[in-house]
Order: sequence, then C-alpha cells, then structure tokens
Amino acid sequence: MTQDKDAAVLITLESIGVRRNGRPLVEGVSLTISRGEIVTLIGPNGSGKSTTARVVTGVLRPDEGRVTRKPGLSVGYVPQKLGIDWTLPLTVNRLMNLTARHKKSEVTHALEQVGAGHLGGAAVQTLSGGEFQRVLLARAMIGKPDLLVLDEPVQGVDFAGEVAIYELIGRIRDATQCGILMISHDLHVVMAETDTVICLNGHVCCRGTPELVAQSPEYLSLFGARAAPALAIYQHHHDHTHLPDGRVRAEDGSIHPGHAPHEHRDHDHA
Amino acid sequence: MLDDFFIRAVIAGIGLALVAGPLGCFIVWRRMAYFGDTMAHSALLGVALSFLFGVDLTLGVFAVGVLVALALLLLQRQESLSTDALLGILSHSALAVGLVLVAFMSWVRVDLIGFLFGDILAVSKSDIVAIYLGGALVIGLLIRFWRPLLAATVSTELAEAEGQRPEAMRALLMILMAVVIAIAMKLVGVLLITSLLIIPAATARRISLTPEQMGAYAGFIGVIAVVGGLEASRQWDTPSGPSIVVAALVLFAISLILPARLRPGANR
Repeated sequence: MTQDKDAAVLITLESIGVRRNGRPLVEGVSLTISRGEIVTLIGPNGSGKSTTARVVTGVLRPDEGRVTRKPGLSVGYVPQKLGIDWTLPLTVNRLMNLTARHKKSEVTHALEQVGAGHLGGAAVQTLSGGEFQRVLLARAMIGKPDLLVLDEPVQGVDFAGEVAIYELIGRIRDATQCGILMISHDLHVVMAETDTVICLNGHVCCRGTPELVAQSPEYLSLFGARAAPALAIYQHHHDHTHLPDGRVRAEDGSIHPGHAPHEHRDHDHA
Repeated sequence: MLDDFFIRAVIAGIGLALVAGPLGCFIVWRRMAYFGDTMAHSALLGVALSFLFGVDLTLGVFAVGVLVALALLLLQRQESLSTDALLGILSHSALAVGLVLVAFMSWVRVDLIGFLFGDILAVSKSDIVAIYLGGALVIGLLIRFWRPLLAATVSTELAEAEGQRPEAMRALLMILMAVVIAIAMKLVGVLLITSLLIIPAATARRISLTPEQMGAYAGFIGVIAVVGGLEASRQWDTPSGPSIVVAALVLFAISLILPARLRPGANR
C-alpha cells in the first residue's frame, strides 16, 4: 500500500514557512495531498490558510521548506476573491474557457453538474454570489485537473446550497479521483468526505480525521470548549458516525465496535 | 491616391484606430487609463532625447515609454506611495522634463504643438508604412496571446495557479502600449493618445457580450471616429487630432443613451 500511496502523491509540503516583512505568516507546515484525497484546512482569520493554499498552487514561493509536485501536475483553482470588473463583458460560457479551450458539450456538462446549466449565456456580473461560486467550481474542474484547490468554495451560498456543493465536491473526487485541498470558510463546518482536517494557527495545531480533530485538546484550546460540539460534520449519505474512540454509531443509535458493517462510498481507509 | 494628404491622413488614422481599439480594451479592463496617460506623456521626453542623441524619433519614444513602465514597476515594489500618486509624479515630470529639454536645445527647431496635439494631415508615406507595420505587430501579438492576456486580466492569481504567466502578460501589454504610443504620437499628439485607446473601448462595452466582440467593435468605432473627425475638421476647418477625439466622444455619448434592450448582457 505504501508504494501505491507514494505513486498517488500529488504534492508534498515539507515544513514550509512564509514570511512577510520579517513576520512569519506560516511556519513549519507540512502536508501531503494524494489522488482521491480531500484535505481541509481550518483555522481562525490570519492563521495562514490562504497562504498555505497559495504555496500549494505555486503562486507563492515559500521562504523555508520544500515543495515537491508530481511532474506535470495540473491545478484547478477557485480563488477566495474574484471580482470581475463591469467593463469586461464576460458570459459564463466564455469564463469557462478562460485558461484553456473546451468543447461546448464539455462546458454544458460541467455547468449542469453544478446545477448551473441554464446560466451559460448569462453575464457573470449578473450572477448571485451562490451562482457565481458554483460556476467557479465548474470552471476549476472542467479540465479534469489532478488537484483542485478550493479557497472557501461555499462563501455566499445558502445552507441548502452549501450541502449541495459539498456533495458535489465529493462526487467530483469520486468520479475523477483528483486530490482536493479545501479551505473551510466556516470553522465549525467540515464536510464528511474530508479525509484529513488540518487545523492551522500559523503552524499546524493538530490534524487527523474530522472526528479526531474535533476532540483534540489543541483544537479545543484554540477555539474554546464551546466550539467542540459545534464542529458540525456533514453526514449526508452516511448512516453512521465514527466515534473518537474508533467505535461506530449507527443511525438507529446502536454502537458497534470498530468497523461494524457499514458502507463507505468508494473512498478507502488506507 | 496616396498623394492626397487627406487620404493619407484617413489611411493612417484607420490603421491606428484598428490597433488602439482592442489594446484599449485591456487598458479599460485593467484600469490602466492613468498608466496609459503617463506613458503617453513620457513620449515628449522621448522626443527630446531622440533629438539630443540623434536617434530615430519613433524608436526613442518607444524606448522611453518602456523605461517609464519599468520605473513604475520598480517604484511600486517599494510600497511607499500609492500607484496613482506615483503615476502623477511620473506623468507630469516626464512631460515637464521633455519640455525643458526641448527649450534648451536651441539648435533644433521643434514643432511643439505638433507633438502635443499631433498633426495627422502631415503624415508621410513612410509614416503610414510604420503605422501599418507596428500595428500588424501589435495585433498579431494580441491575437497570439489573447487567452493568457485575458486570463491574467480576470485574475492574476487564478492564471498563475493554473500554469500561466500573468506577469509576463503584464509586461507584454506595457510593451504593446509603448509601440502604439510611438506610432500614434505624430497623428494625435501625446496629450490625446489615451483618448483613442479608451473612448472607443468604453463605447464598445455597451454593445458587447464577449471580450472578443468588445475588442473588434472598439476597433471599428475608432475607425468611424477617425473618418468622422477628419471629415468634420475639413468641413469646419478645426484641428484634426482634437476633432477625432470629439467624434469619438460623440459616439460614446450615443452609446450611453442606447435603450437597454439593445445592450446585450443587461438582462439574461
């Protein structure tokens, strides 16, 4: 398995550090993203989530540490902020072809996948915040990149839409086996499909499965004990909960030791 | 046909407008209007230095334009003053230094008004050749790099994350601007060049649905402004350069009062 895993590694950050005007933004951050893996960064404002994401995309070169990319790694990116000036006439269809040209059928298909199939001809400036986020997600994934970097992909999306987008991100991962680095806009909300949560505060506070991080003392001291019960983990399509001690609670409330019969949609526990 | 000065003026003006329109779109999209003005004003310094060192005028203006762009990039890195303050300093300093230098050079007779406001009626056949060669180069590069130029305009960060080189695209735009300013200076003068870049592009915005449409429409609107302005200047004996700008302004004003349904993109 280890060898398979090495082959599937898309990018590795080894204790990277980024400084601005001598002040460290992040220090000693290490992470690995593999094919088919979803890694979520959480942390308070200014904790270095976006900085870390920008090192992953290659926009920012770290002052310390090492970044190793799979040769020819292709990246799809949803930036945190994207303001498109009114002076630029841009339809959704044209935006989809921004960095590469795609077939019309592919564009339609990608837009339909995010539930924006009807928006192709609309000017981007007329979209609502939620529509725009979905279009950006479709644009990032249309070229089937190896790695998707999503900086707060659900900002401005209402709760129902948020659940739908998280489901969609899970489906994209399942279908294309791309790696996904996601920054959660909401500290307390981490999608269930996440394999690894990394809690940042200038450095890595703690990491692990969502269930583990929610219980870790570092997380609790960073966000206060009151935050713990609020770390909502979307459980859609899951009929069970992983308890911190490794047992599993089924939907009916019964608790099973370890891996009782339950179904994981096709992500493995490697 | 080319022996008629008016025909030469029209042909030269059309060549310039076809280039200035699409390039001007990028200046509008990237909010670089003031930057364009700064580069244009620096053209006078380029004129003065060309006389001083006895080099070709167009080449001198181009070189100084590129140098001013570089100076701005370096000053921006210092993060001490805002960009518009830096542009204000560069723009008017370059103009003033150029004027002072020209005054010092008592041995050359310089038609200052001609450089400030242009003299399109005085274009020679070789000027036309320069305009169309330079113009073809600019249009060729714009078409070749259209997608990465546009991606860098929408978002530097996104373009770079997806493997493009937005900084190189920014440098390319600056060089193209320097080329256009160098070939436009004789026609409309350093004080009016940016209007030919910006007004047709702004006019085209209201009738365009895609960036490509806007670029093409801006070129054609510029052509209409050139022909209309020159015709008007012949009719009423007004200065040709300013007449072209006024014609462009009239077209822009018309676009403002277009009913909404004629403007695609205003509604879905």
